[in-house]
Amino acid sequence: MARKDRMSGNEAVSYAIRQINPDVMPAFPITPSTEIPQMVSTYIANGEMDTEFIPVESEHSSMSATIGAQAAGARSLTATSSAGLALMWEELLLAASNRMPLALALVNRTLSGPININCDHSDGMGARDTGWIQIYSENNQEAYDNFVQAYPIAEHADVHLPIMICQDGFITSHAVENIELLEDDVVKDFVGEYEPEEYLLNPGKPIAVGPYSVTNYAMEAKKNQEIALENAKEVILEVAKKFEKISGRSYGLFEEYKTEDADYIMLIIGSAAGTAKQTVDDLREQGKKVGVIKLRVFRPFPAKELAEALKNCKAVAIMDRCESYNGNGGPLGSEVTAGLFRNKVMIEAVNYIYGLAGRDFTVEDAYEIFADLEDMVVNGKEVEQYQYIRLRK
Amino acid sequence: MANYSLKEMMNKPERLAPGHRMCAGCGATIGVRAVLRALHEGDQAVIGNATGCMEVSSFMYPYTAWEDSYIHNAFENAGATLSGVETAYRALKKRGKLPENVNYKFITFGGDGGTYDIGFQSLSGAMERGHDMVYVCYDNGAYMNTGIQRSSATPMYADTTTTPVGKQSNGKMQNRKDLASIIADHDVPYVAQTTFTNDFKDLHTKAEKAIYTEGACFLNIMTPCPRGWRYETSEIMKICKLAVETCYWPLYEVDHGKWTLSYEPKKKLPIEDFLKEQGRFKHLFKPGNEDLIAQFQAEVDRRWEDLQFKCSRS
Repeated sequence: MARKDRMSGNEAVSYAIRQINPDVMPAFPITPSTEIPQMVSTYIANGEMDTEFIPVESEHSSMSATIGAQAAGARSLTATSSAGLALMWEELLLAASNRMPLALALVNRTLSGPININCDHSDGMGARDTGWIQIYSENNQEAYDNFVQAYPIAEHADVHLPIMICQDGFITSHAVENIELLEDDVVKDFVGEYEPEEYLLNPGKPIAVGPYSVTNYAMEAKKNQEIALENAKEVILEVAKKFEKISGRSYGLFEEYKTEDADYIMLIIGSAAGTAKQTVDDLREQGKKVGVIKLRVFRPFPAKELAEALKNCKAVAIMDRCESYNGNGGPLGSEVTAGLFRNKVMIEAVNYIYGLAGRDFTVEDAYEIFADLEDMVVNGKEVEQYQYIRLRK
Repeated sequence: MANYSLKEMMNKPERLAPGHRMCAGCGATIGVRAVLRALHEGDQAVIGNATGCMEVSSFMYPYTAWEDSYIHNAFENAGATLSGVETAYRALKKRGKLPENVNYKFITFGGDGGTYDIGFQSLSGAMERGHDMVYVCYDNGAYMNTGIQRSSATPMYADTTTTPVGKQSNGKMQNRKDLASIIADHDVPYVAQTTFTNDFKDLHTKAEKAIYTEGACFLNIMTPCPRGWRYETSEIMKICKLAVETCYWPLYEVDHGKWTLSYEPKKKLPIEDFLKEQGRFKHLFKPGNEDLIAQFQAEVDRRWEDLQFKCSRS
């Protein structure tokens, strides 16, 4: 039977980790993800789980040790935020290219500088091209549910890639909300035992990991990795279906909220989707045909599916909680507009940058954005195609 | 080890197979093979490796020269990577996922660049946490894989490609870092410094001790590089002997805090004997550079006396 409780996002992910009871967890403290290794250490100290915890001396070492443990044949994970993820960058690439199905609990926080501990997606987005599967969560429930689904996705024979389960720093990680938890045995059964085919600690069957590869092999290795990431899309959906059976909660690559007849859609990632949905509810009462798409899976990027979901609307507001310093928009903006073009969906698409370094994003902001879209489509108002929300003048 | 016989040792099956691409006369390969000979037959091992000559020449896809399980991750994290492997071993053993009778040992190799410099933090962390592993530094005193750039292990006045000798330069300006003593100050169970002398008995004894002492152990092996040091490949054993006889590279161990000299030369040779064999120190023998050699000698003497003092206190 499911159990109702109240928890923060960090508590929820730690609870999932306890239930999964992985073999090895190296970790290093960084705000706002620090609570996860703290809570896991406490579970271990109290005998509620028996994962081997390694208190490493940096995040570079936490990802290095996670890779070492995973390669050795152990189910492994770590947690981090912001600069911690940035310090891991080299190792993120190695985790993916060595095809390690390990997990990372990312609590999204802005990257320095200026140094700031609050939420935006610049850490996760900065790692978007490292070959990881990236799943973003709107709230504590999703952070928990996504984490329970992490290993079945990553360890799938067609995938074998690392997976990052993301939640918004403080907004989700520290705010306490209602949650429905699965029973321990249900989670254990769902996640199953890790049974690697080839690993370092396989007596009599030694393997070598991490080769030097010259040009006659390296390009194929990279393409194979790309195929695995593409395969992940189907696997994510399969795992979601199985998860629905044990939880009653359904997940896809993204969530469509009141979009069926919508003329104007806000495409958004993470906790701000709640704000967007509230706005849509308000505007629907006024007869406005508006909706929200909340992107759950950023990697692999569901370009085709998003284009299909957007093709009947008149305008989309693409919401980036991250600046990408390319002079042309945020990461989501760039990828969605490229996806629309490739799939020949020619709608208005405005890229808004919001909520950097913890700046609030409110229902009022969302009203204005929907009003902008309508004004642009109905009255031909010129709208800046790439703009900031709530920037101090 | 009273009955040590090099001939017998050389009859053990090689755990680093021939056919790798290391240079003729390379000290690193000799060092690695010597360490692996100290593994008891029947014991399994996982070998770690920092990026460097050893890695790119021994595991070139799709071929590997390693008979044991092997993992290369990156340049600066051999310590952390093997920490993860060793912890996985304990986790899997605890959970009954490995056969009871299987015994694994964990040895990682890094050059001085990957150990003294970029991998120093990762090494220090692994040592402090006390993983049951041996970190072996094959110290050839420069970044040889990228083309002989100075490291913090490079001796003073060495001619390297980033400390080139020129009209305004006599080579590297700083003394080398004394890494073995720094790791000994981590209070790990066993630290030793060695090189190729005396039929490899010193190296073998220390490697076996390091592998079979529980906890984090560290071996620093001087492994000359004919390309970087510029000597005839056939002279490697002579160079090693001179390094020891001049006290440039003292043989010692720190066993559970007890410092012991493994060898004391009957007559300490002048440092010139070691320097003059190597092209990287050629400029020191030009007229007018006598004071540079004197400075080099003074530093060797100071460190030797310091080491003798540490051993006398133990």
